[in-house]
Amino acid sequence: MKGPTMTLNRRGFLGLTAGLSVVTLTGCATGAPSPTAAGPRDGGRLRAAFAGGGAKEVLDPHLANLFVEAARSKALFDKLADLGPDVSAQPRLAEKWEPSTDLTRWRVTLRQAAFHDGRPVRAQDVLASYARILDPNRAFRAKSSLSLIDLANSRAVDDRTVEFALKRPFVEFPNALAAFGTYIVPEGAEDFGAPVGSGPFTFVSFEPGKSLLLKRNPNYWEGAPHLDELEFVLANEESARVNALLGGQVEYAHDLTPTTARGNAGSDRVMIHRSPNSAVQAFAMKLDRAPFDNRDLREALFLLADRQQLVEATLSGAGQVGNDLFGKGYQYYADDIPQRTRDLDKAKFLIRKAGAEGLTVQLDTSTAAAGMVEAATVFADQVKGSGLTIEVVTGNKDSYWADTLKNGSLSSFRSGAMPIETHLAQRLLTDSGTNVTKWARPEFDTLYRKAVSTADAQERGAAYREMQSTLHADGGYLMWGFADWIVGTSPGVGGVSTAPANTLDWARFDKVWLG
Amino acid sequence: MSLSRYAAQRLAFGLVQVLAVVTVVFLLVQALPGDAAVALAGDNPDPRRIEEIRQAMGLDRPAPERFLGWLWGLAHLDFGVSLFSGRPVADFLADGLGPTAVLAVLTLVLLVPLSVLVGVLAALREGGVLDRVLTSISVGLHAIPEFALAVVLIALFGVRLRWLPPTAVGTGGDLLAHPAVLVLPLVVLLARPICSISRLVRAGMIDALASDHVRHVRRLGISTGRIRFAHALPNALAPAVQQVARTTDWLLGGVIVVEAVFVIPGLGTGLVDAVASRDLPVVQGLAVVFAVTTVLVNLLADLAAFRLAPRSAGIA
Repeated sequence: MKGPTMTLNRRGFLGLTAGLSVVTLTGCATGAPSPTAAGPRDGGRLRAAFAGGGAKEVLDPHLANLFVEAARSKALFDKLADLGPDVSAQPRLAEKWEPSTDLTRWRVTLRQAAFHDGRPVRAQDVLASYARILDPNRAFRAKSSLSLIDLANSRAVDDRTVEFALKRPFVEFPNALAAFGTYIVPEGAEDFGAPVGSGPFTFVSFEPGKSLLLKRNPNYWEGAPHLDELEFVLANEESARVNALLGGQVEYAHDLTPTTARGNAGSDRVMIHRSPNSAVQAFAMKLDRAPFDNRDLREALFLLADRQQLVEATLSGAGQVGNDLFGKGYQYYADDIPQRTRDLDKAKFLIRKAGAEGLTVQLDTSTAAAGMVEAATVFADQVKGSGLTIEVVTGNKDSYWADTLKNGSLSSFRSGAMPIETHLAQRLLTDSGTNVTKWARPEFDTLYRKAVSTADAQERGAAYREMQSTLHADGGYLMWGFADWIVGTSPGVGGVSTAPANTLDWARFDKVWLG
Repeated sequence: MSLSRYAAQRLAFGLVQVLAVVTVVFLLVQALPGDAAVALAGDNPDPRRIEEIRQAMGLDRPAPERFLGWLWGLAHLDFGVSLFSGRPVADFLADGLGPTAVLAVLTLVLLVPLSVLVGVLAALREGGVLDRVLTSISVGLHAIPEFALAVVLIALFGVRLRWLPPTAVGTGGDLLAHPAVLVLPLVVLLARPICSISRLVRAGMIDALASDHVRHVRRLGISTGRIRFAHALPNALAPAVQQVARTTDWLLGGVIVVEAVFVIPGLGTGLVDAVASRDLPVVQGLAVVFAVTTVLVNLLADLAAFRLAPRSAGIA
């Protein structure tokens, strides 16, 4: 968008006011500044606009569900581990972890860290936090991630050492410690009106649905943040976040669309930050019912997708093509499996072979995630002429995920980043809670159990490779692309990470500075 | 019928209306696909977890039982608590009321003098350049929906020219402390009612100026200004006053759109959020507030009409 500079020039030409002409001159002189060149600078208040949950919001980190809640929790609290740029678990409050040889007992040593009120973070706080999450009478999101911990047999060895007993051998236990919402709160904490955590920022004030103001924690164990203050403000509509950024009301706008990114590329008012491989875009076929219980038909669909066109048309190019496998660029991703490309002739042959010529399939989609309806429409178009017809049906966005878990045979799907092991456990085992494709194979379950109970990294890698190979050949996910996560900041803002969404460095503000 | 008897009758009828509204709202939210547990589970719709959330929220109880429990609470002025945060619904209402009331009251306060001014100016220059310009603008503005006008104003004055803040982001809902934030929302809210009411004032004024009694007054040699403002204007205002009452109803809807576009954390934004998350107690609390306001405003308007002209109010 060349607009702003041109308008400013013309306004200067018209000479409406002297003050505005000065703006014009500075606007022209600076051009597009390069903030990273300036280096970190301390101080200032950064205002960050996110989509929010309205007046019903709370600061309880175990109730976190939305992006803004994840970002706030991260500013105020710590987890024992968190996800690094390759979406593998990295130690945080935990300094190190050591499993027993049978992988059922894990000894976690805590870092020397303190809560905002000065009390040290102790093993007892860790156990109390996990006990709170696992409370059978409550429904915290992290409950299933931690469910393999045998809490009754776990204990605090000393103030800085926890020994976790697991219900079964599990080599990927650090993934559980890094799971969404597994924050450590002080023992006995129930009132989060003025939360006390161990994170890089401390609480100042909170108005639900309006704003949360935090200030820097000078004693943060990883070093104090650059910013003096951090304010989270809410704007649910993407256009409002962009307007607030362009109007100078905020310095950071979270979750922008590819269209906005493209429109503002090269603008001197906004810097666009893209985090590749942040969200997988897919179509999910259900294997337990017609017509996609037929393997040939699934392969036909795989071969009908023109992935590059889908990325161009629905992500405005802000993404990469997928190869029907989750977690491109993540630890254990099978990048040696050849990339699938469109093959209309073979697809036609497979559709005939499956006896599905003339068949019309309903593709359920909704606006629950950006770009899904557009992708469904583009895909329906790509399928034309193959003998198969796809009819796009747009459903209710608020109940979409629950609806498509049960109903229909083909649906739009999208997922944020998580370790590949977590993706397998949550979605592709016979008893997985969110098994959209109804992939249920005893031999696959066995292979998964083998992978997560073997200490040998190479053997484990081979098992993950084999599982991905099976899914690539036979699975129900047509994962056609990986979308960038897009954030906009004012030009002076530096230190914004481009690690995938859901990882530690995403929406993290203690390394960010104002220029 | 006496005024007090009429008022009591209308009040009782208003109560029935409010009850009907909350019942319909309850049924409509029930009819929406998904409940609060499904909305909360979002893209992680593990059926076991959804069941757990349902139990934790008390959604496993039968719907009639929940509705009656809520009504019983309402009778004690207890609006219940939000399913999500456990915060009292009364807090939601108190939080949202400020910004919405500021918008609605300022709109009404500015609406009457501005529309009268525009209407009278146009009427006094009937057929002239000023009248034609004002008429074109009014008709044009009236044809533009609020959200479209809002988007254009934001793009022009908020983003391009940067004269005014494009949103209320960061004001924390304290609009009076940031008056610049109010300008664009008020322009949007005022645009359509000013057009319709000023048209009524203009027409009424032209009629009044041409009426027998004004012509008679003119023959008495009274000054032009006195004729216009003491004799013609009051007659011109009668139809406009009724339109103002109708505008108040309209404002409740218009405020929802304006709050959403300008990110103002008022009752309208609260309603949109609550419906999306199926937070039924909050939706119902807001429905009560909107319904009671509408009933009261109409009651006051009817009472005023009754007082001014009992016969024409159709109840004598």
